[in-house]
Amino acid sequence: MNLDLVIRELHRSENELAHVLLRMSERHKTDHETYHVARDLAAWCHDHVRALAEAGKDYGLDLDPSPAGDPSMVERLRDKAAEWLGRRPEPGLLLLADFRHLYLAASEVSLDWELLAQAAQGAKQRDLLELARRCHPQTLRQLRWANARLKESAPQALAS
Amino acid sequence: MPHVDRIAEPWGTRTPYGPGEPWPVRVDSFLEAGVRAQDVDRWVQSATILHSNGDGLDIAVKDGRVVGVRGRAEDRVNHGRLGPKDLYGWQAVNAPDRLVRPLVRQNGRLVETDWDTAMERVAGRARQLLDEQGPSAIGFYTTGQLFLEEYYTLAVIAHGGIGTSHLDGNTRLCTATAAAALKESFGSDGQPGSYTDVDHADVIALYGHNVAETQTVLWTRILDRLAGPNPPALVCVDPRETPVARAATVHLANRPGTNVALMNGLLHEIIANGWIDERYLRDHVVGFEELQKRVHDFPVEEAARICDVPPDALREAARLIGTARRLLSTVLQGFYQAHQATAAAVQVNNIHLVRGMLGRPGCGVLQMNGQPTAQNTRECGADGDLPGFRNWSNDTHVRDLARVWNVDPMDIPHYAPPTHAMQMFRYAEEGSIRFLYVTGTNPAVSLPELERIRSILAQDRLFLVVQDIFLSETAQLADVVLPAATWAEKTGTFTNADRTVHLSDKAVEPPGEARPDLDIFLDLAHRLDLRDKDGAPLVKWGDAEGAFEAWKECSRGRPCDYSGLSYARLRGSGGIQWPCDADRPGGTERLYAEGRFWSAPDYCEAYGRDLLTGAPLSDTEYKALNPDGKAIIKAAEYVPPHEQAGGEFPFWLTTGRTLYHFHTRTKTARAPQLQRAAPEPWVEMSPADASRDGFAEGDLLEIATARGSVRARLRITEMRDGLVFLPFHYGYWDLPGGCGPGAGSGRAANELTITDWDPVSKQPLFKTAAARVSLVEVCPGTPSLAPTTTASRPVSAEVPATAGGAEAQAEESLS
Ligand code: SF4
Repeated sequence: MNLDLVIRELHRSENELAHVLLRMSERHKTDHETYHVARDLAAWCHDHVRALAEAGKDYGLDLDPSPAGDPSMVERLRDKAAEWLGRRPEPGLLLLADFRHLYLAASEVSLDWELLAQAAQGAKQRDLLELARRCHPQTLRQLRWANARLKESAPQALAS
Repeated sequence: MPHVDRIAEPWGTRTPYGPGEPWPVRVDSFLEAGVRAQDVDRWVQSATILHSNGDGLDIAVKDGRVVGVRGRAEDRVNHGRLGPKDLYGWQAVNAPDRLVRPLVRQNGRLVETDWDTAMERVAGRARQLLDEQGPSAIGFYTTGQLFLEEYYTLAVIAHGGIGTSHLDGNTRLCTATAAAALKESFGSDGQPGSYTDVDHADVIALYGHNVAETQTVLWTRILDRLAGPNPPALVCVDPRETPVARAATVHLANRPGTNVALMNGLLHEIIANGWIDERYLRDHVVGFEELQKRVHDFPVEEAARICDVPPDALREAARLIGTARRLLSTVLQGFYQAHQATAAAVQVNNIHLVRGMLGRPGCGVLQMNGQPTAQNTRECGADGDLPGFRNWSNDTHVRDLARVWNVDPMDIPHYAPPTHAMQMFRYAEEGSIRFLYVTGTNPAVSLPELERIRSILAQDRLFLVVQDIFLSETAQLADVVLPAATWAEKTGTFTNADRTVHLSDKAVEPPGEARPDLDIFLDLAHRLDLRDKDGAPLVKWGDAEGAFEAWKECSRGRPCDYSGLSYARLRGSGGIQWPCDADRPGGTERLYAEGRFWSAPDYCEAYGRDLLTGAPLSDTEYKALNPDGKAIIKAAEYVPPHEQAGGEFPFWLTTGRTLYHFHTRTKTARAPQLQRAAPEPWVEMSPADASRDGFAEGDLLEIATARGSVRARLRITEMRDGLVFLPFHYGYWDLPGGCGPGAGSGRAANELTITDWDPVSKQPLFKTAAARVSLVEVCPGTPSLAPTTTASRPVSAEVPATAGGAEAQAEESLS
């Protein structure tokens, strides 16, 4: 059984997604909805990371339950830059690029949850299936958020 | 006729009545000193414009001037009563400092000019930007205080003519959440209930709604029920001890930012006790299972812990609500301007859905409005919706609107939800909106984080047009200022929070060269040469009645159907509630009788949004969720507020409107009785907090957040510990400083508020910020000038009572 592979990969990709969300939030501090919602959504990833670390134990994995740390110092500096950039038209494009990246990262996580759910079903692992049932909808909500924000930011950023 | 000082007694004399009985008539009036009723030349029909209650009144005219007002006995809303703001506020119309000529900025200063010069500047700059950048450069920010005809004309110009999706109203700050919550639950905007539900209810629940101060006449109706036989029980959710809280059977003073937790706790208890209407849920509602699951793991103790309220009080509130036979709920800013605004307001709708309490006398939900014509911005599409509650993501609706306007559907921007106000200011900050046309509102005082807003409005690259009746803080920053006429000087209709449409007739001429907003918009459309697809003028009407007739066609067949109304029918009426069409010529008192909703996928106004992220649902998702057009229950998870009190900023700061002032005080501060009752802002703290920090009544304090600081005198009053309250919308126009604090200390509450908004309704958060308080000056023996008649009632007996004296004697006639 290769369930451990999927769990390990999800643990990585959820951590990565949390990181993308937090970095995005720091970079777009002057875009207030992005800033706050991205942080709320990162909390879901952190919760998933914890749950996956717990679940991994049964499959011989020793995963870190605490999410990878807050954005580093370098990114905090970049966040200053974002505030400065916030006065120029370009942040619209930067925002678009970041949402595009977020969308792709969240799609990856979503696919992994699907894989896990399929595998858990095949292996009749109820707990894992339950975990996927609980977490995957939240990933889908993250994905839909990225998609919606792309749609609504694009016209102003690209057509003005 | 008895005279009453309506500053000292804001709600006037009681006329008790029992359940199911008609509310007795009491006619209130106030005339200028020296004028008697028999001296009045003419009485002209209108309704109130300093809140959303929609009280019908007559304007007294003598020698071509407004000299007073009188409530309309036959009006369905107020049965003759008026609130203090209505009785005294009209005096602003006659203020000597009205704008009377257009102004343009020359060498950095605003100078008088003629209309032609001013309008050519406006239209010229718009044309130039349309050529250079296109419609994305142009934004319109309007109010909740114009008339329906004006909003509709503006929506046609912006959406259909210029083709910009940047059009919103200040109703975004005020009641965007009301609309959002109604759309989430019922598929369409529009209040299910009616004010007459007060006459029938046995339980009235008020969520973050200090109705005693925001809609004094509606509170008068409740007070009269409370004074009569078999009074209703009141449940009040508010962190302050408002007059509502004092009259309540249960008062839940929850910690700021915890409304969703509170609502989930109430719903848990209601469902756990089986106080639900299973049949109604089965036949008329989708989504109940999810709610059941969500609140199942949310016991009352947990909710009470998060909210910091006694669990027994929460249980008692749930029992009252859960066992009511006729339940009326109302919601306002305490929910709308707070964390998780829409999610919390939706839970109030959910209570009515699980209890099957809609569409019958006494069973209403009123997701309230703050401003008199807020409902009209929403209907007409001047606030980020499409006119007639059309769904921007339904192509058939867009095509239908294009048919009404005779334009190409591609010309109506609908690729994404229309831009909301906070986003428009963000675009202006980034520089992609370069033309902002502000009508009848004052963002330099009313938006959050004022220093930021001032810096955006003051940019050279932003061309700012302000159309208003006074030189507000915002107007002082404008490139062009257009003097507008106001209520009593122009004709139009408007719709209150319970869907009652009133006609307001022109009573007097506007001062100087001031012109009705409608005329200014028509002039703009003409100068921009906006045309339909056959080359005819896009805006096909030349006066208010013509605009109304056009709007009737636009609304036909939609939920807010006005097609059965006309100026002639409204004239002399006591107000008529929409929808009003050939089948319902008398209007419609309550919506959703027998569980019939406007939520069918091809008819609904919106497919809804994710309550946490705000992401819109697609048509496919909505169809899967609600194929049969039922009501929608949406569960919501509680998440902690984004800014938490603690550390350097240990207090929760909350802000709000109070009884004697309205919006940014442009009108109420020019009415002497109202101005004297609350002449300057104050800060409220609880007795325990004040004594711990060694502050006494009247001390001058500085209140600071991460955004800025203001100074105000302390009023010690009963409310939650750990909270400070500031009345909002005191600005700077009546100080020597002008449009901002300058080098001195600020006084506008919004210097302090956070830039953050509900992702669903996009309504900014004014009710939660983390603050610190420090002493500036001890002022022994001089109390603050806060009113004693309202939520700011002092704990100390030594503060002199607020009174209006001889100048505030209003008449009351009881029949
Ligand atoms: S004072 Fe502000 S929030 Fe209150 S009704 Fe007026 S606009 Fe709305």
